[in-house]
Amino acid sequence: MTKTPLQFQHNGRDVAIFVDGGTNLLVALRELIGDMTPKFGCGQGGCGTCSVLIDGELHLSCLTLAETVAGRSVETLDGIKDGPNLHPLQRAFADNFAAQCGYCTPGMLMAAKALLDRNPQPSRAEVVEAISGNICRCTGYEPIINAVLAAASGGRARA
Amino acid sequence: MTRHRGRGIASVNYPIGMNLGGDPSQALVHSNPSGKFTVALSSIDLGQGMKSVTRQICAETLGVPVEDVYVDTADSDTGPHCMGSFASRGTHRVGNAVIAAAREARGVMMEAAAEELEVNAADLETDGRGNIHVKGAPHRSISTKDVAIAAQFKQGKTISGRGIFLVPLSDVDPETGEMSPATCYAHACLVAEVEVDDETGEVDMVRMDSAYELGRALNPRLVEQQLVGGAWMGVSHALYETPEPYYPEPVHGPRDFVEYLMPGPGDICPHDIAVLERPAPDGPFGAKGPGEMCANPVLPAVANAIFNAVGVRIDDLPITPEKVLRAIRAQGGARPQPRR
Repeated sequence: MTKTPLQFQHNGRDVAIFVDGGTNLLVALRELIGDMTPKFGCGQGGCGTCSVLIDGELHLSCLTLAETVAGRSVETLDGIKDGPNLHPLQRAFADNFAAQCGYCTPGMLMAAKALLDRNPQPSRAEVVEAISGNICRCTGYEPIINAVLAAASGGRARA
Repeated sequence: MTRHRGRGIASVNYPIGMNLGGDPSQALVHSNPSGKFTVALSSIDLGQGMKSVTRQICAETLGVPVEDVYVDTADSDTGPHCMGSFASRGTHRVGNAVIAAAREARGVMMEAAAEELEVNAADLETDGRGNIHVKGAPHRSISTKDVAIAAQFKQGKTISGRGIFLVPLSDVDPETGEMSPATCYAHACLVAEVEVDDETGEVDMVRMDSAYELGRALNPRLVEQQLVGGAWMGVSHALYETPEPYYPEPVHGPRDFVEYLMPGPGDICPHDIAVLERPAPDGPFGAKGPGEMCANPVLPAVANAIFNAVGVRIDDLPITPEKVLRAIRAQGGARPQPRR
């Protein structure tokens, strides 16, 4: 099958790969670029763990054709930390015990980052809405919601 | 249309582990030349915190900082045998095995330190910060790192220990069928408050209040995390999840996460939890285990709350709006019970 050259920005770096027609972005990121932080959960947009930001907007990478990100900027969980320093959201997830098995965590963090990037001081209801496309089996969501609110308030405990 | 409030209560008496063939788990502990320790297990951490809690147990028993212990789990090629992570047995069974292994390793470590300090091992104690010193004379001290190096390169000693926890096999009484499958029991009580819509049959969770008695909570944050998340798994089982909605025709069942219903972040309710600590005599530092019990009381409490709200008794899970509505219609309308 003829492969298509594809260039885009991956976590701020230019990447160039060849993809088969119909390859989705999740497969391109994991198998061709080697970024394993977006997870494969359901492969049909039902669970949210493959979430990435494309030009700053939240997208499900399993439902995104790789070729549609040509020339655009793709941000994954692998790119949100600052060198050795965790992103405030990652720190807040750890401090608030917002992960148990950890499989939903990459998608939760990207959904939360998309929210805080456009709304740095969200209400609890806004946090709930922002992560409502992401399924978590273990935590009961409460610690995740608390972690996002804690990150939004700069790590200070909220009543 | 009316929305009826109801309150239901449930209590559970939960056995820790199960005695099929003694229910054994093993652990191996050894020091590295750096003075740090490795715990080898084949027990699985599913996210419940097995690695954290066995790390704490090992560090406490050895008398070294928790940072100096690494737990290597989940590989039956490199770890000794474990029955598995089920029956809420992990902390209790594996924890006891780790204590036994760490005690043996500590004995060798103290002997090696005694040889270096030229004293009797019985006169030594650990300070919990990575040093071993003579009792009452903190200046006569050696670091665990120097002990490990001396044992490895000079004395030819292996600072290591083996541990197993095995419950004596309980025979079944041929007359009564009585046996003793567990060595200790955890307890819980949960009150669920729900709102039932008598026009749609929908059940909304309003709040939960619970008390869990689970021995000593070795890591209170991990316990709380498991209780919060587990209660929501219970709600999910009570009201949402089923692989066979049209049993016995699985062909009509859900095929994926889009059709398999689970509660989302918008469906959660406030949950107030009290943790009661009554240390178990045979538990590692008194621990039993929250385990499965965190989900169990939710199901009967929700079923009872629905009965209290609209007077229908559903004994088939999950309690979907369809089942509630059919039952309400069958009895000619909602019959709210006295509020308890």
